[in-house]
Amino acid sequence: MLEIRWHSRAGQGAVTGAKGLADVVSKTGKFVQAFAFYGSAKRGAAMTAYNRVDDEEILNHEKFMHPDYVLVIDPGLTYTADITAHEKDTTKYIITTHLTKEELIEAQPKLKGKDVHVVDCMQISLDTIGRAIPNTPMLGALMKVSGMFELDYFQNAMKSVLAKFPQKVIDANMAAIERAYNSVK
Amino acid sequence: MAEKMELNEMEVWDGNMAASQALRQAQVDVVAAYPITPSTPIVQNYGSFLANGYIDGEFVMVESEHAAMSGCVGAAAAGGRVATATSSQGFALMAEVLYQASGMRLPIVLTVVNRALAAPLNVNGDHSDMYLGRDSGWIQLDAFNSQQAYDLTLMAFRIGEDHNVRLPVMVHQDGFITSHTAENVRPLSDDEAYEFVGDYKPMNAMLDLAKPVTYGVQTEEDWHFEHKARQHADLMTKVFGKVEEVFDAFAEKTGRKYNIVEEYLMDDAEVAIVALGTTVETAEMVAKMMREEGIKAGVVAPRLFRPWPYEQIKKALSKVKAVACLDRSSPNGALGALYNEVTASLYQSDNHPVITNYIYGLGGRDFTIDHAKEIFKELDANAKEGRPTTPLQQFVGLRGPKLSFY
Repeated sequence: MLEIRWHSRAGQGAVTGAKGLADVVSKTGKFVQAFAFYGSAKRGAAMTAYNRVDDEEILNHEKFMHPDYVLVIDPGLTYTADITAHEKDTTKYIITTHLTKEELIEAQPKLKGKDVHVVDCMQISLDTIGRAIPNTPMLGALMKVSGMFELDYFQNAMKSVLAKFPQKVIDANMAAIERAYNSVK
Repeated sequence: MAEKMELNEMEVWDGNMAASQALRQAQVDVVAAYPITPSTPIVQNYGSFLANGYIDGEFVMVESEHAAMSGCVGAAAAGGRVATATSSQGFALMAEVLYQASGMRLPIVLTVVNRALAAPLNVNGDHSDMYLGRDSGWIQLDAFNSQQAYDLTLMAFRIGEDHNVRLPVMVHQDGFITSHTAENVRPLSDDEAYEFVGDYKPMNAMLDLAKPVTYGVQTEEDWHFEHKARQHADLMTKVFGKVEEVFDAFAEKTGRKYNIVEEYLMDDAEVAIVALGTTVETAEMVAKMMREEGIKAGVVAPRLFRPWPYEQIKKALSKVKAVACLDRSSPNGALGALYNEVTASLYQSDNHPVITNYIYGLGGRDFTIDHAKEIFKELDANAKEGRPTTPLQQFVGLRGPKLSFY
């Protein structure tokens, strides 16, 4: 069982990202879950979303998890949210920031000694999509760090997930995924 | 003529999408609805299907859930296939009209996304609204995941609309834990689904002007009792066979076999959890884990909550030594509903296991693997002792000092 926790602000697309990832992974014959804690969260409120992936049908409906990956798509949440909650020794962090990995760890000593990767999903989405929607770039970074899928395969699969959008939006998302894939450190 | 929708063999849908797709495929004549969290997306998706040409039926926007169910009653009495969706406070506001619908024997399908009842206000999942409906004269089916929410919604039409049954049907799913969790769902094609559901055959339709009928009459002490007794008798005698028949037909079509009472690892189980909703699947997973620790654990889950499957429950629990009934609703001054029903079912049985009650998960409080493990361990102790080793009713996952009664 692979488990992923997203830290996001409501409106940044974590739920869409988690569902998009579930959609792509399901095409490979695996079983998936994508869910979130909503409550009565308003746009901008800190929230978490989750993915589970397994070779067998997923019966577990508890919300609690020890994540294999923690994806932080809002830079501020690294400072204000408990992103290391219920971590394992092997948990990998992919964090949106304009800082280098060293600068980030210095600013947030809780990340010291952990498997931390950084990528600037905010700048990437502003440059490519034109809005601060950091979800698809984060998926590009996840593909690189996890090796889950090759870039080409993932981009093609995401095209069908995004099929309802105009071509311009799809192209911008593809560029965002690629840039994050190549720039995550 | 509505457009057909191309669906993948495997979709990733949340429970709401699953329910709205099933409503679309059943070619419902009238949906009258007033959206409420967490079932809003059912109505929203349905409206979007309609706007995009995938639905021929009418969508009636109304001013409240009371009006939504009233609209459904009118449309069903007129002779149409009718469905709607609701949750929680909306369900509570519908309550008056729920009894009207079942009393008039109108086979409406209501997809209920279970949510807590205020106060305090809470949008998350528990079974308070489902339990509120249990004396309303409706058939109540319960889905434990998104696939089942889809399958049971399709089957609900065929069960309720049968001329020997003619009763409204609720299909329940857990708020957020199912309704907003995207999972693998294998849908039928539009043609296959509609072929399974079948054309609606109205009975005593008001719009059949050649044969005038009256709905919503007044009967006092002269006839009221006979009407209510007839309805109860049909619930007790005509529903189980029909449900089994539809479950069998569905299994033949899809390979997915449903049972009036679902059993997991019950062949040799000595202890069992009885539960509803997503908790059933979590408990199944934990039952398997417990066996590695030497505890012969199993799970029993009523797929049909009303009419209550008295005989099937008795049979499913005929060999166990200890049973935990898990209620996700505050009983507010009693033992939990599942506890009461299961205990009543087993009182006439040859087997008399130790039965205890757990209240859990109110307002969406997480039900974890560790909770289920703890319950199985307590059951194991009860089985070994042959008597309760814990208080009869305990609260699980509650903060603060342990709360228990009796």
